[in-house]
Amino acid sequence: MSSAVSIAAAVNAGTSARVAVEAALAAAKADTLNAVIRVLDQRALAAADAVDRRVKAGEHLPLAGVPVAVKDNLCVDGVAATCCSRILTGFTAPYTATAVARLEAAGAVMVAGTNMDEFAMGSSNENSAYGPVRNPHDPTRIPGGSSGGSAAAVAAGIAPLALGSDTGGSIRQPAALCGCVGLKPTYGMVSRYGLIAFGSSLDQIGPLARDVRDAALCLDAMAGGDDHDSTAATRTHVPLAPQLTGDARAALKGLRVGYVAAHVDGLQPAVATRLEAAKSALTAAGATLVPVTMPHERFAIAVYYIIATGEASSNLSRFDGVRFGHRAKDPQTLGDLYARSRAEGFGTEVKRRIMLGTYVLSSGYYDAYYKKAQQVRRKICDDYAAVFAQCDVLLGPTSPTTAFTAGEKTADPLTMYLSDIFTIATNLAGVPAISIPFGTDAKGLPIGLQLQAAQWGEPVLLRAAAGLEALAKTG
Amino acid sequence: MAITEANVRHIAKLANLALADAEVTRMTGELGVIVGYIEQLQAVDTAGVEPIAQVTGLVNVVRADVPRDMLPRGRVLGNAPKADEVAFLVPKAVDRS
Repeated sequence: MSSAVSIAAAVNAGTSARVAVEAALAAAKADTLNAVIRVLDQRALAAADAVDRRVKAGEHLPLAGVPVAVKDNLCVDGVAATCCSRILTGFTAPYTATAVARLEAAGAVMVAGTNMDEFAMGSSNENSAYGPVRNPHDPTRIPGGSSGGSAAAVAAGIAPLALGSDTGGSIRQPAALCGCVGLKPTYGMVSRYGLIAFGSSLDQIGPLARDVRDAALCLDAMAGGDDHDSTAATRTHVPLAPQLTGDARAALKGLRVGYVAAHVDGLQPAVATRLEAAKSALTAAGATLVPVTMPHERFAIAVYYIIATGEASSNLSRFDGVRFGHRAKDPQTLGDLYARSRAEGFGTEVKRRIMLGTYVLSSGYYDAYYKKAQQVRRKICDDYAAVFAQCDVLLGPTSPTTAFTAGEKTADPLTMYLSDIFTIATNLAGVPAISIPFGTDAKGLPIGLQLQAAQWGEPVLLRAAAGLEALAKTG
Repeated sequence: MAITEANVRHIAKLANLALADAEVTRMTGELGVIVGYIEQLQAVDTAGVEPIAQVTGLVNVVRADVPRDMLPRGRVLGNAPKADEVAFLVPKAVDRS
């Protein structure tokens, strides 16, 4: 499978969009990782033909004929969308998410729906009604989550691009564990119309890609305001992909790269080694390393599991067996219909988070938990503001370990939550972040490094990421 | 704050979740551990700190109150477990007999 950039160039030059799309559909059907839960055969072929007609008519399409896999929490008109939950059994989306519609307008072709942790709640893709996803580098290991299917699909070469959603690391952590690029844009950069909501003050759609330039191309097509989503920012988006041409390393000269020394504590040694290698390589390329501190970052997981679950308990109240999805048999009363439909339809982790969210919002506990979490969230935002007054980007690990084995953390929810230690604060502060593959451990499992920038700092973030990506290729 | 089975049953009622007894027992232990973990926030000094709910500085976003882009009724009702031509159908909510 070629890059999105090269597929689009070929299709714009006259190659039929069917070539790449048919290859992606064949790969999606041959998937052995359980990354793909739905192949969009007929729809994709019709879309490929429509792209060919548009190119023939003289249009230049930035994503002409590029196959894209879509996480199962995004709506595509006429296609099932289930969040990999039993409670959305039988739901067919009656409209298309703005992010997907904009990719299609740019010539991209949706080829498959991808597996995920149920309602995007998980870090291992083991919480899916469709069963777990396997890591393409070692099928006994997890791909990360919650966008595990999207990351595995890109890493396995099924599609050059996939869409994910990131509430606390759900794009970046699986990207790191599968060895691809994962980008969480600034909160509000991409419209969430048609994304089934989890934590509305945190959720953001973004690409999983083979390289930084493809991710930028995908974001360029999706970014911008939307009448259907009042939280989507209306500011003008300056295309990022055209800024990534030429020698990527040149952008590192004079770049101020922050790092938190405490981040190496508890890291798997191979991850720490690669992080140190990145720092040395960045220095050699002319960047300046700036030690910074994030005094409240260690509270991020506690804050997150109050705010995200509180928001989720509210967002998921719409799944009640009335308007869509699963309904319990022979309900006696309306209350019985709600309570049994929900108990039967939601999986264990989703119920756990709804319960926690309901608890922290309940009368008598709100001030102690929810309000306190919102106060500490502000302190985390202040930490970021102080950091980005001193540096252009912040470098660190994406995940404390490489891919762990299936079943290793499922018995202990809190241990699973702690695997998101480096990605969660990003969402709390609404800043953009990207995970870049940077070598492997001794078993050949991918290691990802994370770069973060200030809100709307995507231009410097992606230039730095492209530079780091170039350094990864040379050692 | 220790979580009891009575707490869990009360929360499950608020959350509209019909939990089995075994789930209540398991959830009591699991939520207890998680709540124990989030208690660490009590150690952070937040005196005078304004809570934050929206991080990019958005304030109320308004638009003209005009109808647009309505979904066809049939497509919406088509997703319902039980519906007729015009409405979602549920068990009787108020019994006047």
